[in-house]
Formats: sequence, structure tokens, C-alpha cells
Amino acid sequence: MAALSLEFLQPPFMQRALLAAVLVGMSAPAIGTYLVQRRMALMGDGIGHVALFGVAIGLALGAAPVLTAVVVAALGAVAIETLRERGTASGDVALALLFYGGIAGGVVTIGLSASASNANLLAYLFGSLTTVAPEDLRLIAILAGLVLAVTLGLSRWLFAVCYDEEFAKVAGLPVRALNLVIAVSAAVTVTVAMRVVGVLLVSALMVVPVATAQQLSRGFRATLALALTLGVLYAVAGVIFSYYADTAPGASIVVLGIAGFAVVSALAGIGRTVRNQRRRPDLVEVYEDDVILES
Amino acid sequence: MTHEPPAIDARDLTVSLSARPTLRGISIQVAQGEVVALLGANGSGKSTLVRTLVGLVPAQAGRIGLYGIPLERFKDWYRIGYVPQRVTAVSAVPATVREVVSSGRLARSRLGRRLSRADQVAVGDAIETVGLAARAGENVAALSGGQQQRVLIARALAGQPDLLVLDEPLAGVDLTTQQLLAGTLARLVAGGTTILLVAHELGPLDGLIARAVVLRDGAVAHDGAPPVAAGHHGQPGHDHVHPHDPVSTIEQEARWLR
Repeated sequence: MAALSLEFLQPPFMQRALLAAVLVGMSAPAIGTYLVQRRMALMGDGIGHVALFGVAIGLALGAAPVLTAVVVAALGAVAIETLRERGTASGDVALALLFYGGIAGGVVTIGLSASASNANLLAYLFGSLTTVAPEDLRLIAILAGLVLAVTLGLSRWLFAVCYDEEFAKVAGLPVRALNLVIAVSAAVTVTVAMRVVGVLLVSALMVVPVATAQQLSRGFRATLALALTLGVLYAVAGVIFSYYADTAPGASIVVLGIAGFAVVSALAGIGRTVRNQRRRPDLVEVYEDDVILES
Repeated sequence: MTHEPPAIDARDLTVSLSARPTLRGISIQVAQGEVVALLGANGSGKSTLVRTLVGLVPAQAGRIGLYGIPLERFKDWYRIGYVPQRVTAVSAVPATVREVVSSGRLARSRLGRRLSRADQVAVGDAIETVGLAARAGENVAALSGGQQQRVLIARALAGQPDLLVLDEPLAGVDLTTQQLLAGTLARLVAGGTTILLVAHELGPLDGLIARAVVLRDGAVAHDGAPPVAAGHHGQPGHDHVHPHDPVSTIEQEARWLR
């Protein structure tokens, strides 16, 4: 029975895919928590679009696509951050141009390169179990380690910047540098996740575990820790599911994540209702010094 | 006191946020240990002035000195505690009171360092000062508006600043919290903290404020005793300077400040 249930561990490509899934499951929500905090949940999506162009360059040049993708995605992320900082209306359109330019340029370049096929393109868009090569795994491990070291090691600083950028500026924190750290970490995470989840669904793995975790936790660190746990859980379960069901792993992971989100939302809703009913006598005390905000 | 540099020394500040200048040649000095209120109607430029003084808004002309050092070279930001004008302290991802207040301690931390024992004590003290010790582990979103304002003040206090700059700390806060904040500020003032605060009306802070700077249309309309305390005017020992026009202005300001 035990041997049967662990059958998915036998093929070496699955061992690599599962290892990659664990790394992705941790690093994507680790950076995603900050993106959600700063209300830029879709940033990973944009970077993913740009990363595809990097992949295409790698395929065209015969270089490791993960490597070229990380460079192009990081440049794209810095451009996105610069546009965000300016905060102008034309910046919004510039972002759209960057994203669509990235994905269209990527698809065209892949189409033009001799070594590529449509199957190859699909693997990068939605993830694939068999594409995590041994040399990819080493690079993925190094990059994921970097992302985790930065997002966890600098968590108090990154939290401060994402929570209130102006306050962080007046506190003398290196706000611009920290913003670039977030942008580049997001770009690196996209390339780490690209093999397993695919560039189109990377952003979901950054956001969905965080959205689920924040319904259960009261604090930022607790949300971060729970999101990491859920991320690993979803990623590993999704990879195993896609092995048996022969579906794209990225899509499987995200469908599982969304299902988890729905279940937790329903349970959290019930929990809140029960708590409120129990707490009713104290309501007066809770709102004792509440205010009417000036409009 | 005359020998130490002023906490704030701003000269001839001009700031244009749009086509029309928001601040028109404002000069303001705040001595160390002084408590100054910035008053004025909506759009008079008081919020822009404090945001310029702490470096969030660039000035087109004029110069700013903090503790005798030009703003552009000022590095001792831990000496400044800033309480921005916010309607809420709630963010997209939950954060506990302690987490938000701890972020105010980073001005005194080296990048990447863990919170030291001294940091934790300072954070605990700041939470205690604003009367939220019992709720330190709670989600900020679970607090009332007044309590959230207190969290933002505690965040500024966590860095143990010498100068506290508060942008409308009383806006949208109920009377109980206003009185609690007045008590907190009084204790800080007694401890030597310099305070510059933006307010619509002084309310319970009245007794604390010895000097008010009233802005109108981006210029200083009054600098001296708080205009709201109109009754104190004739008292000896009150030297207030209001170059633009005499007493009538003060009475006028007093009326529209209410």
C-alpha cells in the first residue's frame, strides 16, 4: 500500500519536479505577501509576461532559458518599479505595453527559433513536469534560496516599506533600494516558478496562498508563515495530481489553491458569525471609542 | 537654549504641487523642547508644510535645517518621529499592533539585524504609552479608528524621537481618545520632546500649546499665542508677533478654526 501510494516518487523527473515544487511553493508566497500588502497582486503576472521574452531569447541563443529569463524579468521588474514610483497615468499604459510586448515578443521569438515547438511554448506558459532538467534544479535551488533569504531576512524592513512607504522614508530607511529588492525578488521568483507553474500562472501561486492565509491570521509574520506552508502544500499536491491526471501542473496547483481558498473563506465566515454571536454583550465596550470619520 | 540649533529651521519655502504655489515663502523655526501647533483652514498648506519639512515633498525654493543640518544632508532620522495623516491603519495583509509599532523602531536598527532587547522594550513602552498594551497582539483591523490613530502615534514613539511631527492626529478621533492623546503628548513634552502638530482645532490640546502658527493661502498669517485662546490675549508676558494685521486677524482665525 505504502509502495503503491509513493509510486509517483519513482521517476527521476518527478523527483526533480517535486523538489522544484517545494522551492516554488515557498518562494512564491514569500514575495507574494509583500506584493499583496502593497496592493500589487498582479505584478507577478506582468513580470511573467516579460519573462517569456527572456525564455525565448534563451531558446534562440541556445543558452539556459532560466538564466536569460531571470535577467530579462529582473530588467522588466525594475522598469515596472520605476513606473510605479512615478505614479503617473501614462505609466499605466506603459506597463500594458511592456507586458504585452513581452509576451508577444516571446511567442514570436520562440516561433522563429529552430529548436522550439508549440509544446515547448505551452510548457513555459502553463508549466510541465518533465521540463525540470537536473541543471535547472541547481539554478532553481540557488535562486529560491536567495529569494527566501531576502524576503525572510529583511522581513521587518520590507514590511515597513509595503505598509507605509512615506513613514519608511521619514524613518530614513533605504526605501528605493528596498523597493528594487522586492521587484527583483519577484522577477527571480517568476523564473524559479516558471518550469513547474508556467509564466501565466506564477502570479496565482504568489497571491492565492496569501489570500487564504490572511483570513486565518491576525499578524503579518503569521500570514507569511502560513502562506509559505500552504504554498508548499498546494504545489506538491498539484504536481502529484497532474502526474496521475496528466494535466498541466501549473493549472492543477492553482485550481487546488483556489479550492482551498474557497473552503477556508467559507469556514472563516462561519467562524466569524459564531464569534460575533458569542461576543455580542461586549460590543458596547469594543466600539466605546469608535469614531465617525470626516468625509 | 539659544546655543543649541533649532529642531526645525525653515526659510522662505516655496512649494508648488500644481500650477498655483501651495506654500508661498514660508519661514518657520521650532526651538528644541518647543510645542508648536500649525493651524489653518483646509487647503491653507499646513499638511504640505509638514510633509515638506520631513522631506516627503520637495521645495522649489528655500532651505530647511533639522537640528542645524541641511535637510539634504540630514542622516539622523531616528530623531524625527512622524505621524502621517491617515484615515486608517489597516492594510491589505493583516498586521498586529506590535508589528506596526515595531516598524517605527527600524530607524534605530541596522539593516538585517534582529530586534534587540532594548528595541523590544522601546516598542512595548510605546504601546503602553498609548494605552494599547492589552491589544498588542491583535490585528490592527480589529481596532476602532481612534485606537488605530494611537497605533500610528506609538509607531512614531517607538524610535524614541527628539522631535515628533504629527499631521492631524486628532482628525476623526473621539473626545476620549483626544484626551488620552493630550495626556500622552503632555508627558512627552515634560520629558523634553519637541512637538510640531497640524490641527484643525486644538480641543483638549489647548493647555499644552504655547505657540500656534496659523497658515492662510500658503503663507503665515499668525505666529504667536494660540488664537483659539482669545481670552488670554490681553495678558502680560504674551509676546506674539503678527505682522500682517493686528488683533482682528486672530479673532477671525479663531472663528473659522472652530
